Amino acid sequence: MSAHLDKDETPVASGSFEPKIMAFVCNWCTYAGADLAGTSRMEYRPNVRIIKLPCTGRIDPLFILKAFENGADGVLVSGCHPGDCHYTTGNYHARRRWIGFKSLMEFAGIDMRRLHFSWVSASEAIKWVDLINKVTDEVKALGPFMEYRGLKETELE
Amino acid sequence: MPRIGVFVCQCGNNIAATVDTKKVAEEMAKIPGVVYTCDYKFMCSSPGQETLKQAIKENNLDGIIVSACSPHMHEKTFRKASEAAGLNPYQCEITNIREQCSWVHHDKTKATGTVKSVDLTRMTIQRLKKNQPLKKIKIPVKKKALVIGGGIAGIQAALDIAEGGREVILVEKEPSIGGNMARLSETFPTMDCSQCILTPKMVEAELNENITLYTYSEVEKVDGYIGNFTVTVRRKSKYVDEERCTGCGECMEKCPFKVESAFELGLSKRKVIYTPFPQAVPNIPVIDAPNCPKIQKDKCGACAIVCGPKCIDFKMEDRLETVEVGAIVVATGYQLMPNERFGEYGYGRIKDVISGLQFERLASSSGPTGGEIRRPSDGKVPESVVFIQCVGSRDEKKGVSYCSKICCMYTAKHTKLYSHKVHGGQSYVFYMDIRSGGKRYEEFVRGAIEHDGAMYLRGRVSRVYEKNGKIIVQGADTLSGSQVEIEADMVVLATAIVSREGADGLAQRLGIGYDKHRFYNEYHPKLKPVETVTAGIYLAGSCMGPMDIPDSVAQGSAAASKVLALFSADEMAREPITALVNKVTCNACWDCLTACPYTAIEREAIKDRKGNIVRWVARVNDGVCQGCGVCVAACRSKSIDLKGYTDEQVFAAINAF
Repeated sequence: MSAHLDKDETPVASGSFEPKIMAFVCNWCTYAGADLAGTSRMEYRPNVRIIKLPCTGRIDPLFILKAFENGADGVLVSGCHPGDCHYTTGNYHARRRWIGFKSLMEFAGIDMRRLHFSWVSASEAIKWVDLINKVTDEVKALGPFMEYRGLKETELE
Repeated sequence: MPRIGVFVCQCGNNIAATVDTKKVAEEMAKIPGVVYTCDYKFMCSSPGQETLKQAIKENNLDGIIVSACSPHMHEKTFRKASEAAGLNPYQCEITNIREQCSWVHHDKTKATGTVKSVDLTRMTIQRLKKNQPLKKIKIPVKKKALVIGGGIAGIQAALDIAEGGREVILVEKEPSIGGNMARLSETFPTMDCSQCILTPKMVEAELNENITLYTYSEVEKVDGYIGNFTVTVRRKSKYVDEERCTGCGECMEKCPFKVESAFELGLSKRKVIYTPFPQAVPNIPVIDAPNCPKIQKDKCGACAIVCGPKCIDFKMEDRLETVEVGAIVVATGYQLMPNERFGEYGYGRIKDVISGLQFERLASSSGPTGGEIRRPSDGKVPESVVFIQCVGSRDEKKGVSYCSKICCMYTAKHTKLYSHKVHGGQSYVFYMDIRSGGKRYEEFVRGAIEHDGAMYLRGRVSRVYEKNGKIIVQGADTLSGSQVEIEADMVVLATAIVSREGADGLAQRLGIGYDKHRFYNEYHPKLKPVETVTAGIYLAGSCMGPMDIPDSVAQGSAAASKVLALFSADEMAREPITALVNKVTCNACWDCLTACPYTAIEREAIKDRKGNIVRWVARVNDGVCQGCGVCVAACRSKSIDLKGYTDEQVFAAINAF
């Protein structure tokens, strides 16, 4: 982790906070939808970093926690619409897991505006662009997610 | 320490316009383990690929990152190049800095794009450090196919596979192959005689040495996976030794008992020892056991007495046969919705209200009337016939929501046949819309109306009843806005096409999907029309939904070509992105087994030295696993991982965020 250009700089201090958004997306729908936004030369907020997985069903809730731990201010999970899963039912598993995980997060006091779940198909480039812009702006308004990061640092000490 | 190379592509100006590729390469060089970096105008070009290969060899790289376009674009290209340079192809990873960076961030100062590209490439580098070299999975393929259903789609599939030089077992439930097409008189729009074009194919299927016919048989159990299926077929007892029977037909002649013929849809009777129709293939009779007095009460036995080769055996029992095949084609066809549901049309109550398929038998020269249109009640030639379309189709309340697709065409054909066979007869057609999409289909319907005098009435029928030996059909003609009442001698219902009884059971045995109408689901309705979600199982014909003959034949051939492609190599190579179980930590909770959409998880017994089962663990069948990773996230003890997307790899990427 030696080459972080902006990691650990506290943007709040400089007054121009840019949130970091981590997106876990499936290979077949949302990743292709994000590609389409590119081939269509659309533009959206640059704050998102995508991690591609075969299916939303592969997403372990721990991924989301790890993302927060590593400085994400917001996390996005996105895959194929219900009924469109490349693996027929993976997204249903993801959705069910998500519902349980979401209530756990709420119980733990995490602001659910930092955590988004959405279906974006391979043809929904516009939806992807709108989603990224919306999530980025919302998280930006919330400010940096210091609670979780602070937790990690105390642990380290 | 790993030896990683990073190649940043400029993609002409596509990336370089908004990303400082040189800067990205420089930043990456600072990361421990990265020993080589460069940026280049077009990495995918031949010189670009050469640069990559050379760098791998000269720097002895054990992993490379290409930061360029989407992996959906050139991942294969760069993995191939890596392999050519002696690097395991799965040690090559792509960072998408074009579609998901340079093209969507238009900042000309390049600051935004560069920062994001650096982040994304760094994440990929950390991920790559956790990669394991993977090998393509090789699965041996048994080059023998099973076709379920001996209708036109199944026959076509079997013939094509056989002609491709592979063995086929064709399983048919009835005593003869031929399916519903064998019942038809003529076929639209060419008016070819159905038997004339079908029987040669049936005979060809019987004579082809690559095809084994299992008639009067049903698939009982299916195990295994693509290339290696084990199928148990129940070969129902025919009570006739197939090997010795010569098909002389003496037994059928002498049999004194008659029952309603299912093939003739109740329009005539057949003997208790029978072949469904004269051109049956194989031409070997079977005994209808529930109706045979010899088998039930040990009385009669006339057939056995007259049988020359002595091939009748009343003690014969069903046999279960197990076959090993590499691929399965499902072509189980359709049936008509039971007409009894449509009391308002008088079916079952009025003898001369019949279904479209029954009309086919009346018009068929091998049918019960020898091809003369005579009504079932008294054998009179009907002077007027009313055809009612959409009986059950497009009727969510009483029938099914979908359109049965072929009824508009066959009704037009019926009116033509009727006018050709009964001169001066008048036909009326009640329709909702005429759907005649297809080559020469619209012209065919116009011909029925304009040349053959069929009277088309747009509207529904409200009531059908008998009066003075006539059938009175009351309905609406919505185009003239009036009520009509027609005195008819016969009424023909174009009943909805539905899936076969038991279609859902077979689907469950095969592990393929079906919709709410029990029609089988193709893998993708546009791009994978004959594949199913279960690799190695293909579909053809109207088991997928209402379909006409040309489409069924095309699908039979399409499924056969898929089978032949699978059989073209001794081994099938598959992407190694599959799940892997850690047997030490697996505690057999079977959450993975219930989560897997492909039934790829099996139970494996762990035995001690004496061979006693100590415990059970999950095992992934590489032949079936599609690599979705649902089981990985479902596993409570973290005992399953997905090759290519391991927890370690994903966490490494997240940690580098």
